Amino acid sequence: MDKTKKGGFIFILAGLAISAALALFLSPWASSEPDGLEKVAEDKGFLEKAEETEPAWKSAPLPDYSVPALNRKVVDEETGEEVEEPSRLSTGLAGLLGTVGIFFVAWGLAVVLKKPEREEEAQAGEASTG
Amino acid sequence: MHIPDGFLNAGVSVATGVAAAGAVGYGLRRAREELDEKAVPLMALATAFIFAAQMLNFPVAAGTSGHFLGGVLAALLLGPWLGSLVIALVLLVQCLGFADGGLTALGANIFNMGIVGTLFAFYVFRLIRGVLPPRRPFYFLSAAATAWLSVFLASGACAVELAISGTSPLGVALPAMLGVHAIIGIGEAIITVAVLSLVLAVRPDLVRTFDLRRDGFPPRGAEVRG
Repeated sequence: MDKTKKGGFIFILAGLAISAALALFLSPWASSEPDGLEKVAEDKGFLEKAEETEPAWKSAPLPDYSVPALNRKVVDEETGEEVEEPSRLSTGLAGLLGTVGIFFVAWGLAVVLKKPEREEEAQAGEASTG
Repeated sequence: MHIPDGFLNAGVSVATGVAAAGAVGYGLRRAREELDEKAVPLMALATAFIFAAQMLNFPVAAGTSGHFLGGVLAALLLGPWLGSLVIALVLLVQCLGFADGGLTALGANIFNMGIVGTLFAFYVFRLIRGVLPPRRPFYFLSAAATAWLSVFLASGACAVELAISGTSPLGVALPAMLGVHAIIGIGEAIITVAVLSLVLAVRPDLVRTFDLRRDGFPPRGAEVRG
């Protein structure tokens, strides 16, 4: 492995480690206030449109960035209903799984989309000789 | 600003879905030419970082939070087409894996964040960059301005879709969305510039839009005039 290749590998690995650490350690402490769109929907009275709609896709393995098995069951004080509340571990772990998982999905996609190396070499050869 | 199911009518869902599919389809074809040995791992890293950073909601105003979008960062690192593919992939995984953003609104979310907030923003960046003088501070200034604008415009597109769908009148949704995202955009600009300067400090060769000869300020003591 030449020097630049090794340097590239370290950069990517360090970047992935930082991203994974952000997801694992910082995401459980992120603001849980509604985001811009959600807040506007709340204020302008159209949030119910989403709440009343059955989601088109119900099989998300880590819904709302949580690991369902690690969620606590708590009773909502306002409605009296039992709701699932993600623990910090649940959120952090979901974030870690997502970050590492999407890294490999994106890598795989890029490899599939990339022009095969033989073609690249052939083109480079043509360019240098012709 | 991930739109959930229920906010858009069928017409808007289909129209934005077709636009998103067209852009992603064309982007996948362009990727063949644009992906080289260096871009493959960088694309994976950019996708992972943007996914993680999008989880980190920061407070913006009373009872409201915002989070990083990353379209401009992805486009400045990888170019507009790979950049928009990165955002589309993040949105797809968030929708299917994390129930964030509705499946029927996936096209609209890709349209707002991957097309308006990435592709279109990239060409705005090029325009600003062309007008400003070369040199590093102006590169960052262009990046910051574009990052802010990307969030602002994406939220505007979202408001227009809500209005066409009959969910909220344009006179209500547009000023409300633009107002809150004008603040969230400041966070976008800060994070974009911070990450770009970090990458440029370590691996300036990885940033496709940064021309070392044109924008490069020789760092202290370095002799990199070409």
